[in-house]
Amino acid sequence: MLFLLTVLGVSLRWGRGPSVLASFLAVGLFDFFFIAPHLSFAVSDVQYLLTFIVMLAVGLITGQLTAHLRYQAQVAAEREARSRALFELTRELSGALQTEQVVDSAQDSLSRELHGRALVLVLNLRDELLLPPGLDDGPDLGTARWALDHGQAAGLATDTLPGSAWFYLPLQAPMRARGVLCLRPRDLAAVIQPERRAQLDTYASIIGQALERVHYVEVAQDALVHIESERLRNSLLSALSHDLRTPLAVVYGLADTLAALPGLPEAGCEMAQALQRESQRINAMVNNLLDMARLQSGAVQLRQQWQPVEEVVGTALQAMQSVLGGHQLSTELAADLPMVNLDAVLMERVLCNLLENAAKYTPPGSRIVIKAAVQGSELLLRVSDNGPGLPPGREEALFEKFARAKSETSTPGVGLGLAICRAIMQAHQGRIWAEATPGGGATFVLALPLGTPPALPEFDDHE
Amino acid sequence: MSEPHPVALIVEDEPSIRRFVRMALEAEGWQVHECETVRQGLIDAGTRRPELIILDLGLPDDDGLNYLKDLRAWSAVPVIVLSARSEEADKIAALDAGADDYLSKPFGVGELMARVRVALRRGQNTRGSDEPASTLFRFGEVEVDLAARRVLRAGATVHLTPTEYRLLTHLISNAGKVLTHRQLLKLVWGPSHVDDNHYLRVYMGQLRQKLEALPAQPRHLLTETAVGYRLMP
Repeated sequence: MLFLLTVLGVSLRWGRGPSVLASFLAVGLFDFFFIAPHLSFAVSDVQYLLTFIVMLAVGLITGQLTAHLRYQAQVAAEREARSRALFELTRELSGALQTEQVVDSAQDSLSRELHGRALVLVLNLRDELLLPPGLDDGPDLGTARWALDHGQAAGLATDTLPGSAWFYLPLQAPMRARGVLCLRPRDLAAVIQPERRAQLDTYASIIGQALERVHYVEVAQDALVHIESERLRNSLLSALSHDLRTPLAVVYGLADTLAALPGLPEAGCEMAQALQRESQRINAMVNNLLDMARLQSGAVQLRQQWQPVEEVVGTALQAMQSVLGGHQLSTELAADLPMVNLDAVLMERVLCNLLENAAKYTPPGSRIVIKAAVQGSELLLRVSDNGPGLPPGREEALFEKFARAKSETSTPGVGLGLAICRAIMQAHQGRIWAEATPGGGATFVLALPLGTPPALPEFDDHE
Repeated sequence: MSEPHPVALIVEDEPSIRRFVRMALEAEGWQVHECETVRQGLIDAGTRRPELIILDLGLPDDDGLNYLKDLRAWSAVPVIVLSARSEEADKIAALDAGADDYLSKPFGVGELMARVRVALRRGQNTRGSDEPASTLFRFGEVEVDLAARRVLRAGATVHLTPTEYRLLTHLISNAGKVLTHRQLLKLVWGPSHVDDNHYLRVYMGQLRQKLEALPAQPRHLLTETAVGYRLMP
C-alpha cells in the first residue's frame, strides 16, 4: 500500500514516465525486501508472481490516471492564465483613447505572455508602416507589409519566409487591417501549437479592433475640430460682411436721399451722386475681398444648379448696367446651348468682374461682346473687347492676386477681380484664361465642363 | 388709397438706415413708425396696424424669419425685407415664409419706393377693395389678354405652350413682385416638383425667346439671381 501511495505521489508530481518507473521500482523493491528469500529478486512462491502482476497493474493504472489528471490540471491552469492575460489586455485596450496607449498595452501584455519580444506596427495616416527608432534587430518591414497586404501570418514557422526570427501577424479589424503584430518568442511552441496560435489570432483581432476604434475616435475628433474652425471662420466672415456693408448701405442711401433733396444746388447734387458712385465701388471691393477670403479659406459651398448660361449673362448685364452705359454691348448666344451646372451668384460675379474690367480698361464707345459656344466637352463663354488689349506675355500674370495690367495707373482697382474669377472657375472645375481679340483688344475665356443635365418634362408642347 | 396717410413700420436696428428710409417714405406721404427689435416690431405691428412693414433680417434680438412667421399667423400686411447680398438663402427663406419682396443692401431710394408701390398695390388687391383686375396686361410690346388667353407681341399672335402660358399668368398676377423658384414651381408644376429648378429655367428661357427683344438682356422677365424671377411691366 505504501508503495502504491509513492507511485501516486510520483505521478502527481512528475507525470507519466516517472510514474511507470516508480511502479516497476515498487514491485522490484517489494520483491527484494519482503518476499522470501529476502534481499534477493528470486521468488520462492509462484503465487507472489500474481501479486506482483496485480501490484504492477494497479501501480501503472493509478500512475496513468493521476498523471492524466495532473496534465489536465496543468492545461487548465495554463488556459486560465492565458484567458486572464487576454482579459486584462482587453480591459486595458478598452480604456485606451490613443494609438500609443493601445500599442504599449499590447506590447507589454504579449512580451509577458510569450517571454519574448513583441512589437505592434501601426499604419500611419499616409498608410505606411514605420519601425520605432533605435531598433537594431527589429522585424523586417517588407515581410510585415506582405503580411498586412495579404492578410496572412508570415515569418517564423509559417509558409512565407519560415526561416526568419520574427513572426508577423496582421491586425485585422472589421473595416481593414490596421497594422502588424511582430513577435519574437523565446520558444517556438508559442507560434506552432494550434491552441496558442489561436490565442495569438485572438490577440491580433482584439488589438486590431482597439486600433480601429481609436482610429475612428481620432477621425471624429478631427472632424469636430474642422467643423468648429469652419463655423468660426464663417461667423467671422459674416460679421465682417455685416459690419462693412451696413455703413456702406447708410452712405449709399443717404447720398441718394441727398441727391433727390429739393432745392439742392446743382454742385451739391453732383457731389451726392459722386458719393453714391464711390460707395458702390467700395461695395464692389468689399464683395471681392470677402469672396476672396471665403474662397481661399475653402468656406465656399457651391450652390450649383443646372441652368442656361443666358440667364447668368442676363443678370450680370443687368447688374453692370450703370457701368456699361458708355460702351456698345452685344451678346451672341446660340438658342440651343446646353444647360450647365453652376452657382449663379458666383458665376454672375465672374462675369461682372470681367465686364467691369472691360468697361474700365477700354475707352468709352468701345465694343464689348459676350459669346457662348460648345467646344468639345466644355462650354466656352467669351467676353471680348476691342480696346487697347493686354500687355503681351502677361496674360497669365493677370490672374495673380493684386496684379494690375500696368503697375502705375490712374485706373482704380486693387487687382483682385481676376484672381477671384480664377478661384471661382476652379471651384467649378472650369478654367479661365486671357487671349488677344482678333483685330485688337482683350478676350477673356471661361470654360465650363458640360455634364448631363437632368431630364425635362415631356408632357408639354402638345396642345 | 383709402386713408390720407398710410402707415408704415420700419423694423431696423441701424438708425441711419431708418432715417433715410423714413425720409423717402414720408416724401411720398407715408406716416412712419420705427422700432429696433423683433419684439417691439411685433407689438407695433399689432397696435399701429401698418399697411407696410420694412424689416431688416439681421436684427440683434431675434431672427427676422421668426418675426415673419409670427406676423403671418395673424396678418397679411405687405412686408419688404432688407438683407445683404451673398445671403441669398436668407432672402429665399424670408420670401417663402411670407415676405412680399426684398432689397439687397446697399439699395437706392428709387428702388425702395418702386418695391413699396408694388407691395402696396398688391396689399390693396388682396383686400379686395379695388375693382377686379383688368383682363388686359401690357409689358413692353407684349399684350396679354387673360380672358381670351391670347398673347400678342407687337400686334402679332405669339404661340405659347400651356405650361409657358401658365407660367406667364402667374408672373402677371404677381407683376412687380419677386417670386421664388419654389413658389413658381409649386404654382406651375405642383408641389411634387418644387426642387426641379431646371424646369423653370428652361421654360423661363423659352418665354424670353418668345417675348423679349433680346433674350440675353431681358427688360421685363427679370432674373433675381439665385432667388427667383420678377416680371417688371
